Amino acid sequence: MKFRVERDALADAVAWTAKSLPSRPSVPVLAGAMLRVSDGRLHVSGFDYEVSNQVDVDVQADADGATLVSGRLLAEITKALPAKKPVEIAAVGSHLELVCGTARFTLPTMPVEDYPTLPELPASAGTVDAATFASAVAQVAMAAGRDETLPMMTGVRIELSGEGLALLATDRYRLAVREITWTPGDPDFSANALVPARTLADTAKTLGPLGGEVTIALSGSGTGEGMIGFVGGTRRTTSRLLDGQSYPPVRSLFAPSYTSEARVPVAALTEVVKRVSLVAEKATPVRLSFSDDGLVVEAGGVEEARASEAMEATYSGDSITVAFNPQYLVEGLGALNAPTAVFSFNDPVKPAVITPAGDDGAVIEGFRYLIMPIRVGR
Amino acid sequence: MADDAGCTILHVDMDAFYASVEVRRRPELRGKPVVVGGAGPRGVVSSASYEARKFGIRSAMPGAQARAKCPHAIFLPVDMREYAQASRSVMAIFRDVTPLVEPLSVDEAFLDVAGAQRLFGSPAEIGAHIRRRMTQELRLTCSIGVAPNKFLAKLGSTRAKPDGMLVIPAAKTLEFLHPLPISALWGVGERTAETLRRLGLSTIGDVAAAPIGMLRGAVGQALAAHLHELSWARDSRRVSTERVEKSIGTETTFDVDVDDVSRLRRTLLALAQEVAVRARSARMSGRTIAVKVRFGDFRTISRSRTLPGPTDVAHEIFQVAWELFEPARGGEKIRLAGVRLENLVTTGTRQPVLGEPEHSWRDAELATDAVTAKFGKGVVGPASLVRRRPPDELSNRRAPS
Repeated sequence: MKFRVERDALADAVAWTAKSLPSRPSVPVLAGAMLRVSDGRLHVSGFDYEVSNQVDVDVQADADGATLVSGRLLAEITKALPAKKPVEIAAVGSHLELVCGTARFTLPTMPVEDYPTLPELPASAGTVDAATFASAVAQVAMAAGRDETLPMMTGVRIELSGEGLALLATDRYRLAVREITWTPGDPDFSANALVPARTLADTAKTLGPLGGEVTIALSGSGTGEGMIGFVGGTRRTTSRLLDGQSYPPVRSLFAPSYTSEARVPVAALTEVVKRVSLVAEKATPVRLSFSDDGLVVEAGGVEEARASEAMEATYSGDSITVAFNPQYLVEGLGALNAPTAVFSFNDPVKPAVITPAGDDGAVIEGFRYLIMPIRVGR
Repeated sequence: MADDAGCTILHVDMDAFYASVEVRRRPELRGKPVVVGGAGPRGVVSSASYEARKFGIRSAMPGAQARAKCPHAIFLPVDMREYAQASRSVMAIFRDVTPLVEPLSVDEAFLDVAGAQRLFGSPAEIGAHIRRRMTQELRLTCSIGVAPNKFLAKLGSTRAKPDGMLVIPAAKTLEFLHPLPISALWGVGERTAETLRRLGLSTIGDVAAAPIGMLRGAVGQALAAHLHELSWARDSRRVSTERVEKSIGTETTFDVDVDDVSRLRRTLLALAQEVAVRARSARMSGRTIAVKVRFGDFRTISRSRTLPGPTDVAHEIFQVAWELFEPARGGEKIRLAGVRLENLVTTGTRQPVLGEPEHSWRDAELATDAVTAKFGKGVVGPASLVRRRPPDELSNRRAPS
């Protein structure tokens, strides 16, 4: 194997595949990035039995072949190579030689034949606009749980039904729902999939800036054995699905109607909450008091440090004080991608909804963030 | 007398406390091997007299093993009420000497005697005074370490056992400390000891001489710094009279190993219930719920989960504990189950999960607390913990249709 490739293209490709590689692989070959050259293209892949990443790069190929080297090391090296210089790579015996400008590296290789076969990409289910998909995933993924002992909560649920594509994530304390449209291969297509949130977020972040369309490929959805694939440009990712058969019916947590509603500028509220919650110790709430006079944000207790700040807000309903985990609130506000936040309440102990609105206060459909208030006192 | 200047920390440890209290009320047992605890198929030894220890009997040893080592030993049941009573008298003697008493358990405490010297003399004199009062007033013996800090004082009392006192003069601390094995370091368990031994460190002196970078690589930053400080006899912990509860936990050992799921569920529920009641009565809530599983072969594993907000609700503690417990058990038979609430804070606020009803489990449990306070334990509680009536009794009560 021998080829010459542009430095940035190689660095990007290797960095992306190396990201999914396990830091403590169960077998050494899984720490490897596979480089395979054929038909004038370099194919880079990484796999950890859960997630596979593959990308094709145009190269000037002198000899076809395949080699397996430490993905992490290769990623660090390519990142540090001098800019704008071509990179020459060749497999020499049991080593890989990399030359870029005056820099020369020799890396040991691992046996290619020990490397597992990458999973096949499932059948394509349809396509979605890459940028829309990326921003939608970013809006919900942060609401997924991080606790590995509750695997179902660490996933983002993708609900595909006709032209509707809904993304849902919850850690049981807050819930984010984003609804967009996509183009299914079959107009009556319907399926659900629970995708590990971290993998989905990484994938969407990579595919978004490439533009164009992302192909969603799905097999055996609804069971732990299922697999999902995403293809954008020359990149493709497959991921094992989480078992989402008993995913709770979270949409029913939204109330059919709300008795009071507030409109608050997102940027100003975010700043105020961050400032005021400086005095809130870990896991203690910020309190939001809405009334005809506007909004007061407070944190802290009687004996500890306290802070409060008033700000303008339009409010309709009886005065209400609701306490939130400041982190959940700030993350929800950040996910709105809009200048105005609309808060809807029924009761200080019932879930509150935050939806995005424009400068004119008109609600922008498609995103809802539900947050369970903290109960204070007693 | 040894140079005890600056040795203002005392560690006082009662000798074979439970056994000694038993011997005190039954003088005919004096000089005989006496073992407290270890009854029942799964009981472990709580305390053994020094005569029993000569046969190799130790605390925490299974009763059956203790009986095998010394069949003619006198085995007595644990009488916690009696020992608690004796403990109060012991602590009262300490508090006569100084208000700065930090009890570690029923039978040991740290004392800061810096301010007591004008009244009672030098630290060694105070130690002798305490030992005299113990034997004269309580007819119990104790061992005392007198040292410049807690770590050394505790080592001292261990080395003085039984019925002795060891002063570790400030100028001779390293001379005393460095030849000791690494296992004497506070915070070094079996596993850390093994790691250190692999580095060729076997004494505290070896640890003191080891480069800190090497320790860090082996045991991590925090523990390395801690061990390095201790190995140079530096321990800045004060004698603290406020006992801060760090966790609330309870565990139970089954008479016979259990793998029956419904029985285990009930056990976990009962444990969660006990933890929650204790937490609420202390006005504490915890963010971390931990479970302990011990298998038939004594393999023990712990699992924990940290919640976004603190809880004191048995129902929530049980839910999490069960979710942790079942996968950890992996279908095997187990010997012991434990539930613990950690990361405690004073109860104030609580993050409920989405969709939790307004009248929560907590309200129900608070009502239970109130009923229990009025009518006693066991009047109300989870239905699954109610002992079932035999089926025939049930059918007898059913009216013929």
